[in-house]
Amino acid sequence: MSVTEFSRRGLLKTAALGVAGATLNLGAVKRTFAAADLTVGIVYVGARDDFGWNQAHAVAIKSLKEVPGVKVVEEENVPETDAVSKSMESMINLDGAGLILATSFGYYTPFVVDLAKKYPDVQFRHAAPLWSQDKDPKNAGSYFGYLNQAHYVNGVAAGLCTKKNKIGFVAAKPIASVLSNINSVLLGARSTNPNATVQVIFTGDWSMPVREAEAANALVDAGCDVITCHVDGPKVVIETAEKRGVMSCGHNASQAPLAPKGFITGAEYKWITIYKGYASDLAEGKSLPNFLTGGYEVDFVQNTPFGAAATEPAQKAALAAIEGLKAKKPIYVGPLKDNKTGKVVIDKTYGNLDPFLDKMDYLLEGVVGSTT
Amino acid sequence: MSNTPVATGAPRELIDPLTTRAAHSDFAVRLRANSEYVVIPLLALIIAAGLFAVFLMAIGKSPVDFVSYVWRGGFGTAFSFQNTLQRSAPLILTALAVAIPARIGLIMIGGEGALVLGGFAAGALAIPMIGHAPPMVALVLMALFAMIVGGFWVGFSGFLRYARGVNETISSLLLTYIGIAIMNFFVEGALRDLSNPNKPSTMPIGDAYMVGKIPGTQVHWGFAFGLALCVALYFLMARTTFGFAARVTGGNFRAALAQGLPVGRLIVACSAIAGACAGLAGFFEVAAIQGRANASLAAGYGFTGILVSFLARHNPLVIPPVAILLGGLVASGGLIQRRMELPDATVLVLQGFIFVVLLTSETLYGRFAIFRSTKERDRT
Repeated sequence: MSVTEFSRRGLLKTAALGVAGATLNLGAVKRTFAAADLTVGIVYVGARDDFGWNQAHAVAIKSLKEVPGVKVVEEENVPETDAVSKSMESMINLDGAGLILATSFGYYTPFVVDLAKKYPDVQFRHAAPLWSQDKDPKNAGSYFGYLNQAHYVNGVAAGLCTKKNKIGFVAAKPIASVLSNINSVLLGARSTNPNATVQVIFTGDWSMPVREAEAANALVDAGCDVITCHVDGPKVVIETAEKRGVMSCGHNASQAPLAPKGFITGAEYKWITIYKGYASDLAEGKSLPNFLTGGYEVDFVQNTPFGAAATEPAQKAALAAIEGLKAKKPIYVGPLKDNKTGKVVIDKTYGNLDPFLDKMDYLLEGVVGSTT
Repeated sequence: MSNTPVATGAPRELIDPLTTRAAHSDFAVRLRANSEYVVIPLLALIIAAGLFAVFLMAIGKSPVDFVSYVWRGGFGTAFSFQNTLQRSAPLILTALAVAIPARIGLIMIGGEGALVLGGFAAGALAIPMIGHAPPMVALVLMALFAMIVGGFWVGFSGFLRYARGVNETISSLLLTYIGIAIMNFFVEGALRDLSNPNKPSTMPIGDAYMVGKIPGTQVHWGFAFGLALCVALYFLMARTTFGFAARVTGGNFRAALAQGLPVGRLIVACSAIAGACAGLAGFFEVAAIQGRANASLAAGYGFTGILVSFLARHNPLVIPPVAILLGGLVASGGLIQRRMELPDATVLVLQGFIFVVLLTSETLYGRFAIFRSTKERDRT
């Protein structure tokens, strides 16, 4: 509505209609949906343009909007409190959402689980491998990508780009998924450059911009000439690396625009594969899978298009590595030792999705840094 | 805060005992005088809404749509209204944590820390009791413990103020960060539930130990307790000798000292009451919503409570409607994001407008002859 159209009468009319609509809606909340008109509700914990985790989802949602018959409603900056359950409930009650995508870790228990019990006709999917067949509702589920595969590709390319053989890694918390990304960068780099090492600094939390900048600077000072990271929003790390004139590899979403000179490639989720799959399953009236997880072999992860710093051989090696991962070539070829005591922590070669690797609580030999 | 008129009209009584006596004898005059405290904030709200409408039109969105979505998302359906009430529940309690010290002349903004520590204390105390103590006993103990810890935390700021002259605004704010750090230290360390590998939390207290909803609604009991506390604390501050002494201290603490009032104890008591309110909010976050203590406790309720209390002019009875108004704005924020494709900060812009205009409107008190009795007008 333009400025000229705005009038008091218009205000009254719309307000009255709004009230009438709201009142009519009281009784008849439409929860069922025809296959042709699915409303998908998605909640983000941060801003949609954070150059990180949330942006990766938002980019996928943008292309999901182009699927005919799918309507998307989005809400950003929703904290992990009952605010999220109210947001999701509001999407169900007021927007008629039939599929809810909850994208932050802390949304799951108790909020997604409780709401799934309350609204058995609505499908809930949560972006972390938390759904348990035994105790969680059947209309809930999990989806997740093995991003370490894309980090492996980062490592392959970085191994050939680095001149000092030192890769710096700014990490949030020493939990399994983060450790696996660090170890994968190392193994990728070692596959093309046996002298490569990865130096890691943990910041202690998911979003600590000041400490992330300090850590990136410290790594550059320590002689690293490629910087990568696993934090919620890699913007600060990548920008710091660019400013210091070193190369960088991304995480979560594309940070290529932040580093026009030093960007090599980045590890990205490809949520659109999963989201389009959900939409088409619902359109065909099929039931949704409860648990979806995988990496390159199912097209759930990808690498950012090469930046200016990616040399010809690095690009070739990275593309070859991607082909290998698509063919399920294992990353963790055992036996492998940890970096603390030198004892063998990975006794044999494990497949890329092997649950043994999900319990990772060590850094491999070749990584400089400690989990404690 | 000492020179701001409060809603009960107390300072005016002190300035002008004659009028007060007249006003007490004449209900209509009293109503006229008190209506100032309703009309001016309402006027301020309308002006803020007008400014916000201009802002919306400037970015090419319709204010009419905005109003209808606020209505629909915050108040217009049974679901929406309950959503609003639920969101207002912690705000009522954290606003009390600002309002009570404000009456004794302190600007305490440490509600967030007391909420987080109170919630953490409740969650930690629950661990040994799960499965042993009956839920009712456990919950009462948890609530008490949360209030004691929260009360101690803000009470400590009050003590520093009185005993060492430390600015209570700064100390309570800084103690908030210390409180959050203490919670994180334990939740990520000694009291961490190891079965939950990725989000550090204390052990879940389990469904049997959760505080339920108010029957017939989707709103948890924290809302009812908030309302009850507002009424109780209003009476404490307005109708008891304790409240009177506190208000005298707030008006002029030297005078209070000269009168032999126990200023130190009053300051610490008011601060502790404030902290207890915030601690109780933390208890409800743990026992009614999260089911465990973790970093999600620091969701900013303590800070939004400051806004609520200032908007309510530190009057406990005005806090619930203000909290509901703000809760409704936040509750409808989601719908506004979804339907109008506005960023979530839009609602913050509106809150900002309201806050600035309301604070500016403070200067209007006493300037409109219409609110004064005829006698008063004759004299001035």
